[in-house]
Amino acid sequence: MNGNDTLRAMKPVFVFALIGVVFMFAAPYVLQLFTIINLTTAIALAVLALSLALVWGYGGILCFGQVAFFGLGAYAYTIAAINFGGSTWAILVAVMVASAFAAILGYFVFFGRVSDVYLGVITLTVTLIFFSLIRRTSGPDYKIGNALIGGFNGVTSPPLNLPWDTSSFLFPEHVFYVAMAALILCYVFCGWLVNTRFGRVCAGIRENELRSELLGYDSRLYKLGIFTISAGIAAIGGVLFCNGVGRITPDVFNLYNAALTIIWVIVGGRGTLIGPIAATFGLFYLTSALGGQSVLNNNLVLGVILIFFVLLVPKGVAPTITDWFTKRRKPARNSRRRRKQGRST
Amino acid sequence: MSRKRDKREVIVETRNLAMHFGGVRAVDQVDFTLYDKELRCLIGPNGAGKSTFFKCLTGQLSPTAGEVIIRGQDTTRAETHEIASLGVGIKTQVPNLFDGLSVDENIWMSARRWHNAKRARSLTSETIERMNLGDIRREIVGQLAHGQRQWVELGMVVAAEPWLVLLDEPAAGMTHEETARTADLIKEINTQAALIVVEHDMQFIRMISQQVTVFHEGQILMEDTMEAISNDKRAREVYLGNRA
Amino acid sequence: MDLVVAVLFQLVYGIANLALISLGLAIIFGMMRVINLAHGEFLMLGGYTVVVATNAGVNIWIAMLILAPLVVGLIGVIVERLLIRWLYGRMVDTLLATWGLSLLLIGLVTSIFGASTGTTISPPLGIIRIGDYSASGYELFLIGVTVVLFIAVWATLKLTKLGLVARGTMQNPEMSAALGVSNTRIYMITFGLGAAVTGLAGGLLAPVTGVLPTIGATYIAKAFITVISGGASILAGTAAGSILLGGVNGIFAFITGPTIGEVALLVSAIILLRLLPRGITGRFFRKSL
Repeated sequence: MNGNDTLRAMKPVFVFALIGVVFMFAAPYVLQLFTIINLTTAIALAVLALSLALVWGYGGILCFGQVAFFGLGAYAYTIAAINFGGSTWAILVAVMVASAFAAILGYFVFFGRVSDVYLGVITLTVTLIFFSLIRRTSGPDYKIGNALIGGFNGVTSPPLNLPWDTSSFLFPEHVFYVAMAALILCYVFCGWLVNTRFGRVCAGIRENELRSELLGYDSRLYKLGIFTISAGIAAIGGVLFCNGVGRITPDVFNLYNAALTIIWVIVGGRGTLIGPIAATFGLFYLTSALGGQSVLNNNLVLGVILIFFVLLVPKGVAPTITDWFTKRRKPARNSRRRRKQGRST
Repeated sequence: MSRKRDKREVIVETRNLAMHFGGVRAVDQVDFTLYDKELRCLIGPNGAGKSTFFKCLTGQLSPTAGEVIIRGQDTTRAETHEIASLGVGIKTQVPNLFDGLSVDENIWMSARRWHNAKRARSLTSETIERMNLGDIRREIVGQLAHGQRQWVELGMVVAAEPWLVLLDEPAAGMTHEETARTADLIKEINTQAALIVVEHDMQFIRMISQQVTVFHEGQILMEDTMEAISNDKRAREVYLGNRA
Repeated sequence: MDLVVAVLFQLVYGIANLALISLGLAIIFGMMRVINLAHGEFLMLGGYTVVVATNAGVNIWIAMLILAPLVVGLIGVIVERLLIRWLYGRMVDTLLATWGLSLLLIGLVTSIFGASTGTTISPPLGIIRIGDYSASGYELFLIGVTVVLFIAVWATLKLTKLGLVARGTMQNPEMSAALGVSNTRIYMITFGLGAAVTGLAGGLLAPVTGVLPTIGATYIAKAFITVISGGASILAGTAAGSILLGGVNGIFAFITGPTIGEVALLVSAIILLRLLPRGITGRFFRKSL
């Protein structure tokens, strides 16, 4: 793939990014502030979904604990921002902490050649341990620098400020712009990454690890690479999330949120980036709507959705739609070719 | 003895190579030598140990004892990708392809390992041309017929431009015509690279063979030309007797 | 001296506890290569069975030792028939489907019983004295039950036809997968049996931990790492995993407190997997049950 090919393959990515930009500038004029603030949270979750779409959908790495990097990013940001008295470097710290943790964990699992099912269970276990660990950190003993970790009550996250002025905080509508811009940039980055040599080798490893090794690719390094990158993206989502909500609690690491992340990607479809993003927004509004009533429990609904998709729509929505279209278009194209041949003879 | 006679470079050598599974000695004390630009077939009945030997060469199995040396480097405990990175092209017995990717992308994966983007692109096209895969280059490999899949995999081996090629049953499941084409291809590869070919099909071996190594019960029974082996009583007993 | 005995008792209890919550998971994993992500919810259902039964006036021992395994075992059979059997051979999908089941069960129980339960059952049996220290008689009872349970599972594997097939599966999963037809019944029984053992564990632990719809999450992390560290052999794997991880957890918890204990448990499990990717019994005691 040279540069031109990559750009050609990225055409749909640019189209969706453009739609995103239009939405970003139009939304504040059309929607109420309350909706915009809610939307910021959904955008943060969409970044999380995107990071799992990358590592699972393209890297084939079954990570059930993507939410661990998301939460770790949020906590690292919050604690760093409290200590630094400003948000700019704290964002960097968040990404670094999550990526470094992923790199260490990834070293053990990929270089131990742990199989994918085990990997899913291990990453989930790590997430749950974070949950129970951070819940126990209430009280004045547990602090990092000036920041109390706060146990199950969590800790209030300092809002984002302008990079050149630590005293001018961003208003919620501005955080919305930042979040949307971050989502679009992360999306374009991922869309670019999967079309580079690195991304395509990762996809090859997903398809057949032995064949990749037989061609001379060290699959362990590539897996470690995409795992680390996706953890960094998840951390960006975490930073946006704690800004949208205003605080971060250990609940971010619970089983429900870990499952939710998986469900976005299952529903949106593995092997696409836009599918899981769209699924996140869709399910976010579904669960918010359900939150208003008490008959149907959210766990119940998500469980049914997950089972339904695994049994009946295993590929997810976006690939199923694409398949349906190509199936409809293919016969047409073939018949055109046949007509052409007919003329030439 | 042949080492003195032959001045060509030794590129694959095993010394006392052994692979035991529990009490089973699948490969036992094998001393094997391959010279540069040589084309060697490995034959033997089922369970003779040739595929296990092959897997020891490619790093898919880690031998119980002994050593493997490829062009002066000890690769006994090397990972598969490290052996491939020396410039060794490998085709396994079970077809190993990127099933969800297209023919084009499969070949590209091989070419891009060694070359920059531009050269990889042109090498991919050349290989597709050479392997006669032009009509199906956009097809998803998982949906191709068995023979076509074998060709795609051979294309991946060729696109890496290896100097040593290891093929485990390259003609398995191919039609007569395809087998003949494969034989031609192997001879063509042999002008650039040394080859070790594990094979069952005696007709195929006659098409390509120069030197043949016969495996029996984990050990090398004999090494000679196909003609000599066909006339050898012992070899006929263990292998050829019930086939050719 | 008394301190040593008391600390040792806690260590043994910790190990037995791990073994108890992991055994059902290990049975299903060892024989079917299915990791049941709804394992925690099976434990939770065992607990609810005991609470509901005792509230209805059933004797607590009958509720724990008979009703909990019976009810959850039946649920296991139903789940296998309705869900798991469509997904054999698709390990990732099985994992995802059982996760869906886990959410579904949490949701169902929350809808029926509410997000928290008012009733708690206090552990039967009193306090036993070790010199100046005291220990719970119920904990001693749990250690005993775990040992008996292991012996029972060992006898089942060793002496019955089910056990014969199970041992075949453990030693060569591909071959017994190829056996086909007769396996469907074996799988149903296995899943039911694993669920029953899990239900029993959940029921026995209910007086210690109380019951909540989301209580499963507190068990599963430990159960997963125990089974994965142990490897595919059901009894040897669970025992080895529990002893190692329970030991590490207990020692660190004794020195530095429970928080670090849990972290030490996880870290040692991850390092172990780097060294032995297929668990302890993937390398050692391979022929064991």
